[in-house]
Amino acid sequence: MSAAISVSGLVKTFGPARALDGLDLTVRTGEVHGFLGPNGAGKSTTIRVLLGLLRADGGSVSLLGGDPWRDAVALHRRLAYVPGDVNLWPNLTGGEAIDLLGRLRGGLDEKRRATLLDRFELDPRKKGRAYSKGNRQKVALVAALASDAELLILDEPTSGLDPLMEAVFQEAVEEERGRRTVLLSSHVLAEVEALCDRVSIIRAGRTVETGTLADLRHLTRTSVSAELARPPADLGALTGVHDLVADGPRVRFEVDTDHLDAALRVLVAAGVRTLTSRPPTLEELFLRHYEAVRS
Amino acid sequence: MTALVGAGSLIRLALRRDRVLLPVWVVGLVGVTLATASSLGELYGTEELRRQIGATAGTNPAFLAMLGPVHDHTTTGGILAWRWGVFGALLTGLMAMLLVTRHTRADEETGRLELVGSVVTGRHAPLAAAVAVAALASALIGVLVGSGLVALGEPAAGSFALGLAFAAVGLVFTGVGAVAAQLGGSARTANAVSGAVLGGAYLLRAAGDAAGDAGPTWLTWLSPIGWLEQVRAFADDRWWVLLLPVVSAVLLLGVAAVLLTRRDHGGGLVPSRLGPARAPASLRGPFGLAWRLQRGMVIGWALSLLVLGAVYGAVARGVEEMLATNPALARVVAQLGGAGAVVDVYLATVLGMIGLFTSIYAVQATSRARAEESDSRAEPVLATPVRRVSWVVSHLVFATLGAVVVLAAAGLGAGLVHGARTGDVGGQVVRLVGAALVHAPAVWVVAGIALALFGLLPRLTAVSWAFLVVFLVLGQLGPLLRLDRWVVDLSPFTHVPKAPGAEVTATPLVWLTVVAAALVAVGIAGFRRRDVG
Repeated sequence: MSAAISVSGLVKTFGPARALDGLDLTVRTGEVHGFLGPNGAGKSTTIRVLLGLLRADGGSVSLLGGDPWRDAVALHRRLAYVPGDVNLWPNLTGGEAIDLLGRLRGGLDEKRRATLLDRFELDPRKKGRAYSKGNRQKVALVAALASDAELLILDEPTSGLDPLMEAVFQEAVEEERGRRTVLLSSHVLAEVEALCDRVSIIRAGRTVETGTLADLRHLTRTSVSAELARPPADLGALTGVHDLVADGPRVRFEVDTDHLDAALRVLVAAGVRTLTSRPPTLEELFLRHYEAVRS
Repeated sequence: MTALVGAGSLIRLALRRDRVLLPVWVVGLVGVTLATASSLGELYGTEELRRQIGATAGTNPAFLAMLGPVHDHTTTGGILAWRWGVFGALLTGLMAMLLVTRHTRADEETGRLELVGSVVTGRHAPLAAAVAVAALASALIGVLVGSGLVALGEPAAGSFALGLAFAAVGLVFTGVGAVAAQLGGSARTANAVSGAVLGGAYLLRAAGDAAGDAGPTWLTWLSPIGWLEQVRAFADDRWWVLLLPVVSAVLLLGVAAVLLTRRDHGGGLVPSRLGPARAPASLRGPFGLAWRLQRGMVIGWALSLLVLGAVYGAVARGVEEMLATNPALARVVAQLGGAGAVVDVYLATVLGMIGLFTSIYAVQATSRARAEESDSRAEPVLATPVRRVSWVVSHLVFATLGAVVVLAAAGLGAGLVHGARTGDVGGQVVRLVGAALVHAPAVWVVAGIALALFGLLPRLTAVSWAFLVVFLVLGQLGPLLRLDRWVVDLSPFTHVPKAPGAEVTATPLVWLTVVAAALVAVGIAGFRRRDVG
């Protein structure tokens, strides 16, 4: 399979600050690729370089077989972009903005436009200044998804959406799988887990990990906290359980994903009153990653 | 007074944010005022010279419309109050309204005020803080102008009467800005509303001042800038007139405070209505978008300058009438080229000011490109197959051709009214539209400066305003301050032929156009090469 995006050793500096410091990224044609990193890691900067909005200071970048800076106009015919921070024109309605962006890209699919508006429950008659952050994002999403671009570049597209709309977004991207290539930047691991074929994790302007999620599974741990009927049997003795804090019937611990089952059995045996489990945050993933590297 | 909790901290925050802007305004305004006073003192050093000014300029309707009446020609201060009073008042008012918008509606738009509103601050605290800062700046200007003039040896009562009159105008426009901030949904709307009131205040007093004894002189009394004239600093020092601006400012602030409680955060008084779900066919491509973004501004400016041109045109005939009733003056004028020539000199002066006003529009229109970029609205557009050049040119078209439309509107207004009064509408319209358009190349140079900054040093695009202010000062006060020729020559407006009347030669116009084109080329080349965002 050929690569839709191929970046190696990318460097971008803003004055003395080095935003990208030798970043690598390969997105294969037709895949949904997760682009993960904490705030300020350089995700948006990378995307702006890919769009030819910023000029790279070093390294090589190839997008759909072209140079994003030199061939910007030709390449932009083949992609659609949703910015992380969508700002709309205050005096244009959402519907007008969708049509404008669609026309600038060379037309959009009328049927898909109508369906998407309906699914995202977006009123296209409101003026840009009247939309909330989430609704502004929906406007940009509808415009991008209703286009027939072969590459979608989505920069944290769900950061303002409620869980219901996040689900709609995931469905919509699921439908695109195989039809077009998607680069999805996010700092929410769960979203990436649900959608992406492969993932690149960046931190401080460098790529720290690339692969399928299964490849990365060794890095994941789940945080569990539970209130039980009685104090449980010795959880600490289980393999894969870390950072256990037990206070009578209340317990809090982290467990490697492949040992989750055994840990839960112990909890169930003690009678579960309440249970919350949380997938690891990115930062936890990074800590894990660095621990793994060190040992 | 829980509504004002936190205002003190907000005032300190505003002063911290404006630590450069505020001193520039205050020192700039006071400095220009005192420099003008000192050079007027040298130029009109003798009683006789000052009396002549009073007799000629003080009765000439054209001068009356532009600068207002001469109430006292016995002191330098009196001449200053006439020559600079209206302009100083305009600038003080402008400062006050911009400051209020900056700390109310603009902050609300960006969401900064929301952050402030969520901590312990009263509902009225941000407005109160903005008003306090603007009022403080106005008061400072008043006191510094007053004491500065005293230091220059002017009578204390007149000095402070003039200074406080400036401060009072600033106070009124603090109130206007506070009300305007509540009306519309954006900083742009708020500034447009206050700007219209400021322009209206100038026009009302121009109409009233030039009306003549039989005309509607009471119009002057409707204008806050007219109140400054009516204080008659150095002549009668009518302190009681200052009550008018103070009382109106208090009333306006009361209205603003009430309006504030009747609207939602982020909203205007007029609720935003639903619009069309589909874009019209015209909204396609970068030019279609630029038209939507720029049309309101160009239409507003064209209509405003049409009215301004008409008011100036209405006065032109009065220049001739004055000559008819003053045979001595008429003889002098005849030697200079006749009454027609005097009218033309007046019209040329007026059109020169219209050229300057039009460059305000040109800078605004060019700056729109920067605003689109810094508000990240350019980014999604430039991520589509729109060439960077097309995008920037789509805004530049409005700065350049829009400026031509605005100039033509002013010429049309002046031509229609002056033509109607002289019985030659067709001829005057053609002549004055043409004379107005002579200023286009100079306006393009200003737009070119803004575009070059945008292309090379985007963060400094706003510095183009500083260029404009320098050109204004050079044009209005250059001869008065007796600056060297080459300094005055730095302004593109110095090189514009004084049409109508003076012979229009192509050379300066071609040169100005070449300079403007070069600046534009530099700006576009810079924008193609630099990072966007």
